[in-house]
Amino acid sequence: MYAIMTVTGADHTGIIAAVTTALAEQEVNILDVSQTIMDNYFTMILRVEFDEQTHDISALQERMGEVEKAQGLVIRIQSEALFTAVNEI
Amino acid sequence: MSFHLNSQNILDTIEMIEQYRLDIRTVTMGISLLSCTRSTMEETCRAVHDRVVTQAARLVEVCEGIEAELGIPIVNKRISVTPVALITAGVEGNPADVARALDTAAKEVGVNFIGGYSALVEKGATTSEKALIRSIPEALSETDVVCSSVNIATSRAGINMNAAAQMGRVIKEAAELTKDRSAIACAKLVVFANSVGDNPFMAGAYHGIEEPDAVVSVGVSGPGVVDRALGNLSGATLDQVAEEIKKAAFKITRAGQLVGDMASERLGVPFGIVDLSLAPTAEQGDSVAHILEHMGLDQVGTHGTTAALALLNDAVKKGGMMACSRVGGLSGSFIPVSEDKGMIDAVRSGSITMDKLEAMTAICSVGFDMIALPGETSAETIAGMIADEAAIGVMNHKTTAVRVIPVPGAGPGDEVNFGGLLGYAPIIPVNQVGNGEFIRRGGFIPAPVHGFRN
Repeated sequence: MYAIMTVTGADHTGIIAAVTTALAEQEVNILDVSQTIMDNYFTMILRVEFDEQTHDISALQERMGEVEKAQGLVIRIQSEALFTAVNEI
Repeated sequence: MSFHLNSQNILDTIEMIEQYRLDIRTVTMGISLLSCTRSTMEETCRAVHDRVVTQAARLVEVCEGIEAELGIPIVNKRISVTPVALITAGVEGNPADVARALDTAAKEVGVNFIGGYSALVEKGATTSEKALIRSIPEALSETDVVCSSVNIATSRAGINMNAAAQMGRVIKEAAELTKDRSAIACAKLVVFANSVGDNPFMAGAYHGIEEPDAVVSVGVSGPGVVDRALGNLSGATLDQVAEEIKKAAFKITRAGQLVGDMASERLGVPFGIVDLSLAPTAEQGDSVAHILEHMGLDQVGTHGTTAALALLNDAVKKGGMMACSRVGGLSGSFIPVSEDKGMIDAVRSGSITMDKLEAMTAICSVGFDMIALPGETSAETIAGMIADEAAIGVMNHKTTAVRVIPVPGAGPGDEVNFGGLLGYAPIIPVNQVGNGEFIRRGGFIPAPVHGFRN
């Protein structure tokens, strides 16, 4: 499935490394990335793909929860279907 | 961003969920019980229980999976069933036993409410419907999650005033039986005119006889999202306000349609409808009244409130209709008092009265909803409220309802708390002038001429 992952929090060194390492471990493929800093506030949006037969989104959310805690971030992983439904006619 | 969604849209959607309380108010599974009638009440209860727990076994689990996947809360998971008076017809015994069976089944599958302890008596009541209505106070006081409704009028049949009078007494009795719990039984009881069989919202949900064996329907929420859409509208004309509401309603409804499609596919049950109602809660930032105030009313209840509500109701429908495949249920604005912070404040300050609420119900999608009345309010006065609401519904071809709570021992100025989504409410003053003779006449108020369109 395709999912949108958003990562927000106070900017510091190593955020992208921590997030993408965890994704690689989980065999989650990154298809697109957008990242910006606003007033020292780190915001990254990733479009990712993974096999929902072998990967449960809840397990992925749980693993990213560890990164969230360690790095002091907020990480959300939501099905792309929601954003498509709400924003496209 | 290079892919088709831009970053701003993504962040906006997340903001709608996290800051402005965009949520799915309910995923409701409608279950037909028409196959459950047996020769004894005990066997019927067992059949009802088994039918519900089998059909809805995975409902909560599937909804929780969708919540996790989309990151959008589904606040309630509910079940509606065939009006119970239809399946107890010809069965000897106490229909309240079926309410207890439904309560047990609902708790086993983990849903928040189960609706359908209902009777449709707009043109007269069968023996089984009479027995069910008599048993409502017992059924609602002895169960926790069962909801009941009685339809006493339609535009086609007119108003059954015998039933209106009786429901006044039933509401009083239900209040008395649960007086130690803020008369909570009355919060689970709705008296309808022009009720619909595909309403996913409680307490009035039941699975109509026109429906298939099972369906899933969705009720959306999101007054906060609409309110936010009006945030930057200083100086905008009202037609511009309507346009903004339509856009917000479109987004909210699309989320509802998506959840409905996913639930339907995963449960292997046909998709029913999306109910386009804006359902508020008593939490800050989740109020329909605040949207009206945002349009420029100092406080809801003042002159202009009904017009503002008309604009809101219409724009929500127009925005929502394009966003989903099948619209149904009540689809409009809810203005429950105890479940809306702005309405609660307006009652507290005296800016809204029963009279203004009644006027608003000519526009909104329900009626007198979750209004706490003084405990001394008579059964006749409540029957008068029911008759007035039914008249508005029958004459205007719309659904209207009465869900009022005469709280024993409480008077104007007191406040009662019903807990959870049911919220809290100040007791509202009620007109003290008698109407007993009118109510005691009984009989039927004939249907209007335009009810005979054919």
